[in-house]
Amino acid sequence: MSEVASTPEPPEQPQGDAATLASSVAAKQRAGGVIVPVLTAVIAFLIGGLVVLATGHNPLAAYHDIFNGAGLNWIFHPTTDVANTAAYNLSQTLLQTTSLILCGLAVAFAFRCGMFNIGGQGQYFIGLYVANWLGWSFAGMSPLPHVLIAVVCATAAGAAWAGIAGVLKATTGAHEVITTIMLNWIAIWVGEWLFGDGGPLQNSANKTVPISNDIAAGARLPVFWGQQQLQGLHVGFFVAIAALVVFYLILNRTTLGYEVRAVGFNPDAAAYGGISVRKNLIRAMAISGAFAGLAGALDMLGYLYHFGQSDIPVSQVGFLGIAVALLGRNTAVGVGIASLLFGALLFGTTHGLSAGSSSIDPSLAGNLTYIIQGLVVLFVGADVLVLSVWNARKKVRRRGGGSAAARAEAPA
Amino acid sequence: MSSAPWTDRLDNPVSEKLRDPAATGYAGLLLAVFAGFLAIPPIEARQVAWSILVGLVAAFLGLWTATRGRRRLGIGAIVAGFTGMGLGALAMQSSTGNLETVFNASLVAQMFAFATPLVFGAIAGMFSERSGVVNIGLEGMMLMGAFWGVWGADKGGSWVVGLVVGALAGGLLALLYAYFAIHLRADQIVGGTAVNFLALGITGYFFFQLYHGNYVSQGVSTIPDVNIPGLSGTKFLGPAIGDLNLMIWAGFVLVIVSYIVVFKTPIGLRIRACGEHPRAADTVGINVYAIRYGCVILSGCLAALGGVYLSDGFGGGTFNDNMTAGRGFIALAAMIFGNWRPFGAFGAALLFGLSSAIALRLQVYSASASTLFNVLPYVLTLIAVAGVIGRTVPPAADGKPYSKQ
Repeated sequence: MSEVASTPEPPEQPQGDAATLASSVAAKQRAGGVIVPVLTAVIAFLIGGLVVLATGHNPLAAYHDIFNGAGLNWIFHPTTDVANTAAYNLSQTLLQTTSLILCGLAVAFAFRCGMFNIGGQGQYFIGLYVANWLGWSFAGMSPLPHVLIAVVCATAAGAAWAGIAGVLKATTGAHEVITTIMLNWIAIWVGEWLFGDGGPLQNSANKTVPISNDIAAGARLPVFWGQQQLQGLHVGFFVAIAALVVFYLILNRTTLGYEVRAVGFNPDAAAYGGISVRKNLIRAMAISGAFAGLAGALDMLGYLYHFGQSDIPVSQVGFLGIAVALLGRNTAVGVGIASLLFGALLFGTTHGLSAGSSSIDPSLAGNLTYIIQGLVVLFVGADVLVLSVWNARKKVRRRGGGSAAARAEAPA
Repeated sequence: MSSAPWTDRLDNPVSEKLRDPAATGYAGLLLAVFAGFLAIPPIEARQVAWSILVGLVAAFLGLWTATRGRRRLGIGAIVAGFTGMGLGALAMQSSTGNLETVFNASLVAQMFAFATPLVFGAIAGMFSERSGVVNIGLEGMMLMGAFWGVWGADKGGSWVVGLVVGALAGGLLALLYAYFAIHLRADQIVGGTAVNFLALGITGYFFFQLYHGNYVSQGVSTIPDVNIPGLSGTKFLGPAIGDLNLMIWAGFVLVIVSYIVVFKTPIGLRIRACGEHPRAADTVGINVYAIRYGCVILSGCLAALGGVYLSDGFGGGTFNDNMTAGRGFIALAAMIFGNWRPFGAFGAALLFGLSSAIALRLQVYSASASTLFNVLPYVLTLIAVAGVIGRTVPPAADGKPYSKQ
């Protein structure tokens, strides 16, 4: 069996009619427009509401509390005063949105090259570890170079981690889904080792606590809304917004982006047109990982400041990035909006809810986030469902409103 | 007479077989394992020279194999030879007392205990993928089994009810996935990822709703251990296999049965046909959709049984949030590592189970090293899919939705 496999052939031969994931998504995007993702989210929230109703809670009250918990009621009485609960909650929602944007972009960029990067979580962790290490090991350095070094190295580390999957795909044809899943778990266990007893990044002052050192004051990102001690919103938020613009510009205004999209639509055609498929697979994966690594760096330098063994299984940002990218149709604007939705959901269902007074317990609501996330991903993966609902409605409208249409057409 | 090279005199059928590249390659691999084993309990060689000697012989056999066409196998044996040498040398650094706490008969029992969820998960994944449906959702289906299984055992009062309820819950989630993957032709990887999120949310939600996030009440009926009467007094077999959980034995049976079903029966042929070339299968009158639905649902039930074992057998009737903690993905890895075959998957599951068991025991040396040991299954799978040693070959139509014409 091994002799047969060693004959030189291009990796990943697309089989005849099977279009890549990216091209099918693009086709459905043209077909469904903005309505489909909106409908997807609405259906997911409805089903989530049914679960809440079936277990004896009031879904309307629950969603209202989650809405307020996420600070979205801030728009009714805007203020910059973070002593105000709504304003504080909104700042926390935006904090979550920051890393979600970047993790969403990580999934979206690979998607546009026809790859499914499930490894956002692992790349995020690697960026986080590196930022943590550099954040406290050069204490006393002047702030700007310190932050820059930590951010750049963490981003590069995320890119390298994802690059492993890219290189394996380009050279051996190993499926990126399998390799990124494995890399995720390797990153998780490496983290358990780094921060665990006797690990290299474990607290140097207290050897029994499986938590890292706090990063140096100089390496912390400036907070522009709220207070640093109270986990205020840091300038990384603007970096994430800028990343959305960069993502758009790279994909739509550069040769690199053109090549990446060409490979994503049809690797055969791209290769025929003189584009190196292998080079673009590696490049797209590395850029993808860079986004996730940057997310890790901003979270670490922006508000976490330290990390421990117990934080590892709790973190789900990288996985949420999958839902964000899919719901956002792998476009810059879409990812931005979907990140805000999931950021609101993430904070609004957990810390934003007060345990005693709200109509649904945060522990229940937190899991509601996963259910909604799962439904969104499920429905986006099967656009057929949402499209068919949409088409059926169009048909009904055409039949019901047939006379109106006929009347409109009659004069012409 | 003297003109003939000396090797001609060896031309008899037996030596022919022995000099076959495959034979020398596998012999090299075995010797490499032996080089590592020299240092640990039954033998306990105390001199590094022994390990180096055996490891070098293994590497030599690998080199010989590699030069005669079987390059991957040969390189594998060479790498394994040097790894065995290194591990043997490392083990000889430590005291025999420590070695005996790590490597003893109960290690075998622990290996089986860690491997069993993986065995169920890997066989589950094999059925689904052999029929042409990628199942990334194993983790979620296993998690469903873990929670609803222990819930069933608690409310139904018997572990049998737990097994049934757990399998049903996993099967139900698999049915949902099958509907999306087969009927709606959704992307299977996206769908599988969604299944994992859903299961995480559903189990977490109902764990809090039904048990307030606390432990499941004490005294839940748990899956019993099978006590083999004759073995309890013996030195090695007693602690190794004398008192294994029922589900571990069920796992062994499952591997054999699934091998027979997939490779020796007409229904297995149909399953494989759907995974290799659904159009051809359809042409000869096989109902591709029915086969795929059946396989995915069976896959969900089996993965869930692995989950029930985790919560109601291994865990002794407890549950906690995200209890499977990536075991579904290790099962997926075991299936890939085992090349989509029952015995291959079983072997890989045992290897991964052994590495987990050793990782747990290595804490006598160093907590941090034992933690790092847990990455082994993932690294090995990464190497396997990259095709450095041998190549894994998925079913040809794996992951491709089928639409009838």
